[in-house]
Amino acid sequence: MTDAITEQEVRHVAKLSRLKLTDEQVRQFTRQMSDILAYVKKLNELDTANVKPTAHAAPLRNVFREDKAAAGMGVEKVLQNAPDRDGPFFKVPRVLAD
Amino acid sequence: MSDIAYKVIIGLEIHIQLATESKMFCSCPNHFGDPPNSNVCPVCMGSPGVLPVMNKKAYEYAVRTALALNCQIAKFTKWDRKSYYYPDLPKNYQISQYDLPLSYDGLLEISVNGEHKQIRIRRVHLEEDAGKLLHEGNVGFSQVDLNRTGAPLMEIVTEPDLSSAEEARVFGAELRALVRTLGVSEANMQEGHMRLEPNINLAIQKDGKEYRTPITEVKNLGSLRALERAISYEINRQIADWQQTGITLETGTKSTRGWDDNQGVTVLQREKEEAHDYRYFPDPDLVPVVVEQLWVDEIKKNLPELPMIRRVRFRKDFGFNEKDAATLVEDRETADLFENALTLGTPVKTLCNHFIGFWSMHANQRNITIAQLGISAQRIAMLAKMVGEGKINPTAAAVIAEKMLVCTDDPQVIAEREKLIQVSDVSALETIIDEVLAANPKAMEDARTPGKKQQKSVGFLLGQVMQKSRGQANPQVVSEILGRKIGN
Amino acid sequence: MDRFLKCRECLQTKKMKNVIEDILKMTATELVKDIKTGKLTARQVVEFYLRQIERCDREMGAFISILDDHARTDADKIDSRIAAGENPGPLSGLPIAIKDNMCTDFAPTTCASKILIDYRPPYNAHVVEQLQKAGAIVIGKTNLDEFAMGSSTENSGIKITRNPWAPDRVPGGSSGGSGVAVAARMAPVSLGSDTGGSIRLPAAFCGICGLKPTYGRVSRYGLVAYGSSLDQIGPFGCDARDIALVLNTIAGYDHRDSTSVPLEHAADFTAAMEKPIAGLKIGIVKEYHAQGGIDPEITQAIEQAIKVFEQSGAKIIDVDLPHTDYAVACYYLVATAEASSNLARYDGVHYGYRTPNPTDYIDVYSSSRAEGFGDEVKRRIMLGTYVLSAGYYDAYYLKALKVRTLIKQDFDKVFEKVDVICAPVAPTPAFKIGEKVNDPLTMYLSDIFTISANLAGIPALAIPCGFTNNNLPIGLQLLGKHFDEETLLRTAWDYQKKTDFHRQIPEMVK
Ligand SMILES: [Mg+2]
Ligand SMILES: [Zn+2]
Repeated sequence: MTDAITEQEVRHVAKLSRLKLTDEQVRQFTRQMSDILAYVKKLNELDTANVKPTAHAAPLRNVFREDKAAAGMGVEKVLQNAPDRDGPFFKVPRVLAD
Repeated sequence: MSDIAYKVIIGLEIHIQLATESKMFCSCPNHFGDPPNSNVCPVCMGSPGVLPVMNKKAYEYAVRTALALNCQIAKFTKWDRKSYYYPDLPKNYQISQYDLPLSYDGLLEISVNGEHKQIRIRRVHLEEDAGKLLHEGNVGFSQVDLNRTGAPLMEIVTEPDLSSAEEARVFGAELRALVRTLGVSEANMQEGHMRLEPNINLAIQKDGKEYRTPITEVKNLGSLRALERAISYEINRQIADWQQTGITLETGTKSTRGWDDNQGVTVLQREKEEAHDYRYFPDPDLVPVVVEQLWVDEIKKNLPELPMIRRVRFRKDFGFNEKDAATLVEDRETADLFENALTLGTPVKTLCNHFIGFWSMHANQRNITIAQLGISAQRIAMLAKMVGEGKINPTAAAVIAEKMLVCTDDPQVIAEREKLIQVSDVSALETIIDEVLAANPKAMEDARTPGKKQQKSVGFLLGQVMQKSRGQANPQVVSEILGRKIGN
Repeated sequence: MDRFLKCRECLQTKKMKNVIEDILKMTATELVKDIKTGKLTARQVVEFYLRQIERCDREMGAFISILDDHARTDADKIDSRIAAGENPGPLSGLPIAIKDNMCTDFAPTTCASKILIDYRPPYNAHVVEQLQKAGAIVIGKTNLDEFAMGSSTENSGIKITRNPWAPDRVPGGSSGGSGVAVAARMAPVSLGSDTGGSIRLPAAFCGICGLKPTYGRVSRYGLVAYGSSLDQIGPFGCDARDIALVLNTIAGYDHRDSTSVPLEHAADFTAAMEKPIAGLKIGIVKEYHAQGGIDPEITQAIEQAIKVFEQSGAKIIDVDLPHTDYAVACYYLVATAEASSNLARYDGVHYGYRTPNPTDYIDVYSSSRAEGFGDEVKRRIMLGTYVLSAGYYDAYYLKALKVRTLIKQDFDKVFEKVDVICAPVAPTPAFKIGEKVNDPLTMYLSDIFTISANLAGIPALAIPCGFTNNNLPIGLQLLGKHFDEETLLRTAWDYQKKTDFHRQIPEMVK
């Protein structure tokens, strides 16, 4: 594994996470994340070359639903928690059309 | 730029919306054109605490398509989350398939200018669609409609085996015909059921060396025409760009471009530096799928005749030319309609003429398929049979066809009502012919005399008879009698 | 309103004073029985707990929403159904407090986060539906570490919750509010969620019982996700029978949760737990005790408990869980990776908090999230994003998934030899408020004995087994095979028949 995380990497991760951080937070997170990453490095003591990953706790397979439609919950309920709306739409600051 | 030699390398990514009743992970109607945010529930709007459950039909549709594309069906597949932030993606991740798609390694054969070519399919996988953002007419804001959010989407990726804009278009048309035949998608391009994204670059030969231009991906093309135009534009742009800058695949970077249909140009899209870090990982809310051979066999057993094969049969058995066969077979219902009408004892030639003639004209005018005109095989067959039996002439058939679209009467009834039944009765026709000859002695004279005017005069007399019979005279019988009377 | 006053009056009469004393000491099982037989009304029981909330919660801070009107209305409905001769269900009139990360359409669901303040879900969680169908009454929504991320409830974006045994100490987390609600008798039972110990740690710190069921036993539909492959909902109660009572209702297959496991028979945990434990094989984990830093008072209390099990005829066997030392590291990679994705949806677009003056749509995301999330949530989102990002996935996330396999295999092997594992819940009793809050890694290590059960998906039950010299409760943990909650409850119940740690009530709430 790599060395502890740098401030620059923390800024990059903050951007990926859509979190606006203050410089103070960047410094603090760099330190704390470095500690944690240093700690988790202990996993490298284990040889896992022939180990299969476990992504699910229960060994379930093939869970499907039948293709049956039911009405939506209604536009008012859809928008009941919307921070901003424009008629039947959610409203956001203009997204540059691509 | 015409003097340099180059090869075009194109791979296609195609997203096709599946025609299921409900969405991919919830029971909301999978339906286009409803009022904004009406087909939305807690699951597809990504409310806190909701969980997805996979639509079995969507999975089967994708496997069906994959089998028709001669793909390997994966025994084990899983669902992954693809992360990016966008207001039409309420969870800010898309459920998709990353390293273990449900199928891979297929082939689709296309035919361009009579030449057949096999295009390799890299993979077919499933994912959920995003919602829609609306910008038009708004100042400073965008509107979000989540009706399409979570609709089942099939992504098909080809190997870079296409080598011209035309080939790409033909491939798109072939695939559209295929999914329609399979019944897995309406593939209505106007409604966005099928979106195409070509990856394009060139291998340029100059002074015995080969130069590869950087790959560009053109996003979100909504029609086959746009696909063809965008690729043609890109080819020229890449040549010019290379001549000017010399930048190659090795020295440049891949870029993403949008298509401006009005200007007919591609436009570079600005991207965030972190845009391509999608952080795929297995979705813990969805369990893997293990596909048993029995299930695959069952789906395989129910595959309809594929367009490629049906087209060949339509050409060989019914005498369609390649283009007409392709048009008919593109839509499975229409091709079925044709064959159903045929089994009712209809003359092949006449039926073919009707399908490629007025029936397709009416369908095109309405922007629908012939099958969607809603005329039964019985009525279509009756009309063709009436022509075949000489009851009506071809002109009358077209008139009757038009009436058939607006009423449910049988063509026979319409023909009688409109007085379009052909008169083939010899004595009745002789009376009319005698009257015409008596009234046009000069023309009769000319028709008897070999020379320049003869052919024209016979035509004139025939026309007069037809007119007098108000179009009901059987032209074949008329010319027979006329020939006898003139003495030729 | 009249009726309400009348009821308050009746609670104050001398005769009712005794009833109150009784209710304070009654278990949920006893309450339901008395309500069903007409000895108590649901309304009286609800009034008692509302009064207890009014009396204690100002100091304890267990509740985010107190649903007094809702609870009274529901109680009256239950009472009239009983009066009409109906049976409103196995939880008739039983008040229950619910951690505020389970969706209710009749009350806000905040996850103790500023980003969901005032958020009103459009639907009820599966467990809430099941509880209401069984006749239970939701009396309030309880405090937690924001989005269940924490071990002390200090990370709540709303307020801190205090331990009723020592108000200067934490109640444990993240389900601290639900733990305190039961410990301070502000509710007879409650629901928490457990991703790495979030039910068991508060149960241990507050001197009550708390169960993390097998992954897949209880539907997660409507539980706001933190670490989806680890999260399970479970009950808090005073004794094992109350845990069984609630589990009977909330367990079971739900088609809306793809990870919910369909079982052939619905379990009756209440009936199953009466069987004696003679001959049961109980494993003691060498690695847990080799771990430095376990408070000697805790070691001693566990040893005492083991003696009680032995007296009941259980066989004690030493077992190995060789990958114990890697569980915390593994957990923080898996949980934060999943969390970074699960919490991406809180973006100020479709619901929840939006920054008041965004400069553009990207800023709606970055500023709403910056202003709406607390530091611990941000830290975990960042860590999770980092370990999934290009170039780090294999080294961190994939590695953790592989280690998870090893940890699971450890348990599979041990459960070939024993029926139950007995272990401490935490290395220390409840710690002081503020003690670990600035040192995330030390805080993470509070979960060292609880995390493995989540990684392996097995059930684990925390029960009280003693007190320190400072009068702080000590918890014992029983871990079982997949879907073998029965044996855990049976073992606990056998122990509780012979001890009275579970009947202790903190002085300040009497
Ligand atoms: Mg895609
Ligand atoms: Zn939906």
